[in-house]
Parts: sequence; C-alpha cells; structure tokens
Amino acid sequence: MKIAICIKQVPGSNELTMDQEKGILQREDGRVKMNPYDLVAIETALQIKEKYKEVVITSFSMGPKRAREVILSSYAMGVDQGVLITDPKFIGSDVYATALTLSKGISLNEEFDIVICGRQTTDGDTGQVGPAIAEHLGIPHIYGVIAIDKIEEKHIFLSQQIENKKISLRVKMPCVLVISKEAYIPRLPSLKLKLEAKKKKIKIMSFEDLNDSDIRKFGLEGSPTQVEKIYFPNKSKKETLLSGNANVIVDAIIERLKGEKLI
Amino acid sequence: MSELQINDEKCVLCRACISACPFGALEVVDKKLVVEDNCSLCGVCLNTCQFNALCIEKQENGLLDKNKWSDILVFVEHNEGKIQPVTYELIGKALKLIEGTSYKVYCLIVGYKITELAKELSYYNVEKNFIYDHKAFKNYREDIFCNVFQDCINVLMPAIVLIGGTDVGKSIAPAVATSFHSGLTADCTELILNEKLELVQIRPAFGGNVMAQIVTPNHRPQFATVRPSIMEEANRIKSPRNNIVNCKLDEKKLVSQIEVLKEKQMETKEGIQDAKILIVAGQGFKRKEDLWMVEELAMLLNGQVASSRALVEKGWMPYERQIGLSGKTVKPEAIITCGVSGSVQFMTGMKTSKTIIAINIDSDSPIFSIAHQSIAGDIYEILPKLIHQLKEIDKLANNKN
Ligand SMILES: Cc1cc2nc3c(=O)[nH]c(=O)nc-3n(C[C@H](O)[C@H](O)[C@H](O)COP(=O)(O)OP(=O)(O)OC[C@H]3O[C@@H](n4cnc5c(N)ncnc54)[C@H](O)[C@@H]3O)c2cc1C
Repeated sequence: MKIAICIKQVPGSNELTMDQEKGILQREDGRVKMNPYDLVAIETALQIKEKYKEVVITSFSMGPKRAREVILSSYAMGVDQGVLITDPKFIGSDVYATALTLSKGISLNEEFDIVICGRQTTDGDTGQVGPAIAEHLGIPHIYGVIAIDKIEEKHIFLSQQIENKKISLRVKMPCVLVISKEAYIPRLPSLKLKLEAKKKKIKIMSFEDLNDSDIRKFGLEGSPTQVEKIYFPNKSKKETLLSGNANVIVDAIIERLKGEKLI
Repeated sequence: MSELQINDEKCVLCRACISACPFGALEVVDKKLVVEDNCSLCGVCLNTCQFNALCIEKQENGLLDKNKWSDILVFVEHNEGKIQPVTYELIGKALKLIEGTSYKVYCLIVGYKITELAKELSYYNVEKNFIYDHKAFKNYREDIFCNVFQDCINVLMPAIVLIGGTDVGKSIAPAVATSFHSGLTADCTELILNEKLELVQIRPAFGGNVMAQIVTPNHRPQFATVRPSIMEEANRIKSPRNNIVNCKLDEKKLVSQIEVLKEKQMETKEGIQDAKILIVAGQGFKRKEDLWMVEELAMLLNGQVASSRALVEKGWMPYERQIGLSGKTVKPEAIITCGVSGSVQFMTGMKTSKTIIAINIDSDSPIFSIAHQSIAGDIYEILPKLIHQLKEIDKLANNKN
C-alpha cells in the first residue's frame, strides 16, 4: 500500500507586531518549523504502516528550498521517502494553485492508495488544501478523520467527526483523508532515524518536472484569488478608559454587571 | 511569471520592507535589495515602502464572460431537522450585499425528507430555494454533495456562493470551488460588493493583527465561507413566499464511494458558546496556578472560563475553551477579558458580545477598541478585589434570605 502525506513548513512564531512609530509590520524572528497539524498526518501514516504489511510512505512538501528541513523531520519520524516541489515559479500560489501543484507532484510519482493531509496550517489557517487536492486528483476526501479503524483490499474503514456526530464510514480507495488534530498523538523523532535521515535522498521536482507546459496555471498567475491590500484594522474610538484606584475600578465593574442584570 | 520587482533607482536601502516581510524573504546583498525564493507575493512590503521602489505585476485576464454570472447562492446547513443559524446569517449578509443591484439571493438545500425545512426557508426574502431531496443525501457525503452543488451552480450560474464555515462547509466549499477552477476565501469576517460588483473578501492574515482584502477578479463563481455567529441573521417575513423549486440529480451522480455504516450523536457538554457570562484569561497571567482567579470569578458570576490561544498553546487551557478564529465564536451577555491583548483573531471570535469589559495593564491595548468598559490596570490587583467584593455581595444576599 502506498501512502502520500502533505506537509508544510511554517513560521516558528506567528507573532507579527506593528512598529507603532513607523507603522510597519515587524516579524519576530526567522525561525521555521513543521506545521503541527501535519505531525498528526505523519503519525496516522506511521500507525497504518505498523499495522499492515508493505506500506510505503512518501512525504510531499511544496515550498522554498529550505522546506527540505520538514522532509528530513518526517524521515526522522519514520517516513520512507520524500519529494520537495520547489520552483520560484510557484511563488504567490493561493490554495487552488498550491493544491494543483501538489496534486500534480503526487500523481506523477506513483499511484497512491491514500493521501493524508493535516486539517489546517498555523500560518495560512484556511484548511482548504486537503479537499482541493482531492478534487484536483478526482477522488473523494473525508474531512475530520479521527481514527483509521481497518483497511481491506480496496476499502478503508474510518471514523469521522462532523460537528457533534461521530460517523463510521467505509470508503473506496484511493481517497484523501483530512486528519483532525485530536486523531493521534505524534511521536517524537528518534535519534537513530534522525542520523539516518541526513544520508537519505530527497527528490526535487520543479516546474519542468510537472509535465505541464502552461505556466499560467501556477504561482500567482494561476491563483484565482488575489490579495488586493493588506492593512491594519482601524482602531475605533475608545470609550472612557478607567484607570487608577483598584477599588473604584472594582465598583465600576460591579455596577456594570448589575446594570445588565447579571448580578 | 509574476514576481516582486525592485526598482534599484528608487530603493534607498532603508530596510523597512525587510523587517516587514512576514516570510523573511527580503535581504540586502552587495548593497542591493534582493528577493529570496520564499517570497509569497503577499504584498505586505508594498505598503511599507515609502519610495515606491517595489511592485508586483498582476495580469488582467479578459477571457471570462463575467456578465453570464450573477446573483448569490447560499448553501443551507441543517442538522437534526433544524436549519442552522449560520444559514440565516449568510442570507442576512447576502440580502445586504445585493442592495442597490439587480442581483437576487437563492438558496440550495440538500438532504432527505426536508420539505419542512424548505417551508421554513420560504419565510425569508429569497428568490428561490432549490431543494434536492433524496435518500442518498441522508448523510453528508462529500462526493455526491459536490455533484449536487455543481448541478445547481451550472443551472443558476451565480456570481457569488456563500457557505458556512462549519465542518461540512470546510469540506464542501474547497471541493466545489476547485471543481469550478475558482477561488475560495475561508473564514471571511467581512464581505463587500465593490462598484465592479466584485466580492471583496476580508479576513485576518498572517497570524498578526493584519487584515487581508481579497478578490477573485477573473473567475466565477466567487466562493467565500463565513464562520457562524459573525454576521447578523436575516429577518423572517410574515407570510411565506412561494419559492420552492424541487430539483433532481441524474441517477449516475448519486453513486458515492463513501458508505455510512453508523452514526452516533456525541454528548454535548455545555460549551463556552452557551455561557451567558464568560471570564477570559490571556497571557497577562504569569503562572498557571494564578488561573484560580478566573475560575473563582466564573463561579461567583455563574459564568464559564474561556481563554485566548496563547494559553491554549502553553497547555494551560484546553482547546475547547479557546475563543477566536481558530477556536470558538462566542456571543455572551457579558465577557470580561483579563490580560488579553486583543489580536484580530481573538476579537473576531467575541466582538459581537453584548457587554465587553476588558482589563489590561497597557492603556494602548487593541482590545480597548471594542470594549464597552476599558480598564487599564493590573489583573493581579483588580481580580482579587473583585472576587472579594462579589463574595461580600453574596454574603449579604444570603443573610437577607
Ligand atoms: C492562524 C492563527 C490563528 C489564530 N487564532 C487565534 C484564536 O482563535 N484565538 C486567539 O486568542 N488567538 C489566535 N491566534 C493568536 C493571536 O494572534 C495572539 O497571539 C493571541 O490571541 C494572543 O493572546 P493573548 O492576548 O492572551 O496574549 P498577548 O498578546 O501576549 O497579550 C497579553 C496581554 O496581557 C497584558 N498584561 C500583561 N500583564 C498584565 C497584568 N498583570 N494585568 C493586566 N494585563 C496584563 C499585556 O499588556 C498584553 O496585552 C491566532 C494566530 C494565528 C497565526
């Protein structure tokens, strides 16, 4: 059985602050890490591998060259092989273009039985890439997977949570699984695998390798959505700001709650 | 190919863009500003450059006949025989958007034995309700629901499709948008129709206190999801409209790769969305042990404890208690935030609360921009006193009884 997982490198810290005087954005630091939701996707694949015979796991990441670090981290957890899809031509991809690029990379490599994605990323936070990849690949996706129950020759049995319902499903493979963060607790990388990871190869794919000569489908141009503007929300006028004596403040809070008939 | 272009003539190497770039993609090499390949063309740098030295070339694509696409389609979400409030919120927003245009609002409802639900929908000012009622739609199954959606869009050709940011919405919206090779903006906090009748989609971006304004200029339909409790519900009208259209899907399109074996309702604990009063702890708390103050306050006020994401990330609070864009949206009678700075993501999840009382030591804190009662002060001084006072009030009340 062949499993593909999609992983992404995200900023290590999400804090962006504003330099009040200059009115510009300030990034806290340049550190990066693996998107924590993707760790659960990796763990899910590893659990399948431990239970069933002849499972090969391939991790796919699209991003700048340094995103090879997340593929190495996936090796250190036990993933077998990795593909980095990287090309300056992919810069500016929105969800549609990202999912298209990833799905081309995936389908050109092998016929996968299962593709596993994390539920969302901590930077973009849109949570759409998994379903969009499935659509590009022309296969169904299952959103909110909380457990893999059983795998038979052509079918996978799953538990899914949709709002407050737990649903047991039998799904024909191939399919894309969008894993909930609660599904499995990701293991820590092992030292042995970490050392081995350094020697393992990473396959690199660029635009030329995607078998599609139409550059307009990729990157910013291939992205239906466009960011028109980035701005700081207006601070609206402040109502009276209360400060000073704590007793006065406490009385004011209590008056307010009484006024709303809450005490 | 699009890329960030730097005009070296204009660039004075002030480095404002370098510190602004959320991706660390700009650098000065050999006294020249250069772009690295991890630039995402997000455009943050453009606004920071005072010398107009940066630009991103964008291409206009004239291929699409946009005039063929008009009106707004709203996807109706229902659960256990009830239409979910988010549906009325989307209808409400859609009706506001079309004011002053020739656009109309339509609804799509998919399920099994849903005639009653469709009847309820006819009490809203919607042009038509397309209903797909079939055994195959008893449970949400992505592949065939996607078929229904495509069928409906192909018939109506809406310019805009609005979907709730629920579990089902997060699954179906990207699938349908991708199948039309169009774009989707998830979790919008505001939607506007501009003079070109384009949907302007606004959402927080990059995890910071920044908003992104997004358009889908060359593709139709324009898809957007909106989280529950963000928009205002539409008004119910007095007498129903005769606006139900029964639709059928080709048998072949009812075949699903997904089979539902069992479905179980999970017990619903009362969550922070149900609370009348919420006491919210933020990173102003220095130690986990200090959270007793919010617990105690919540108990005295018959409320519940909630949290910003910062404390959830630290492992001090469970995820179910997180308010915000990546947590829960709440709308209590009163909310008291203690040591919360008020990031856009946080405020998105609570700004419609009836009474907002914010305590923060920093008098410039962003949370004060939405608070009804802003308090610049130290939680470590104020909360113990507040707890003491409330206990006194309790005692008095008990003595009287
Ligand atoms: C994709 C994404 C999604 C996100 N989603 C969410 C979300 O859903 N919900 C959410 O909350 N965050 C979310 N965030 C994180 C968000 O950007 C902020 O980092 C977070 O809300 C900050 O939490 P905070 O206000 O508790 O902490 P801080 O920003 O650190 O604020 C602490 C505040 O406490 C004040 N303070 C310190 N000491 C005291 C004292 N003694 N007395 C009184 N005040 C004091 C300080 O002045 C400061 O304003 C998200 C981020 C990203 C990237």
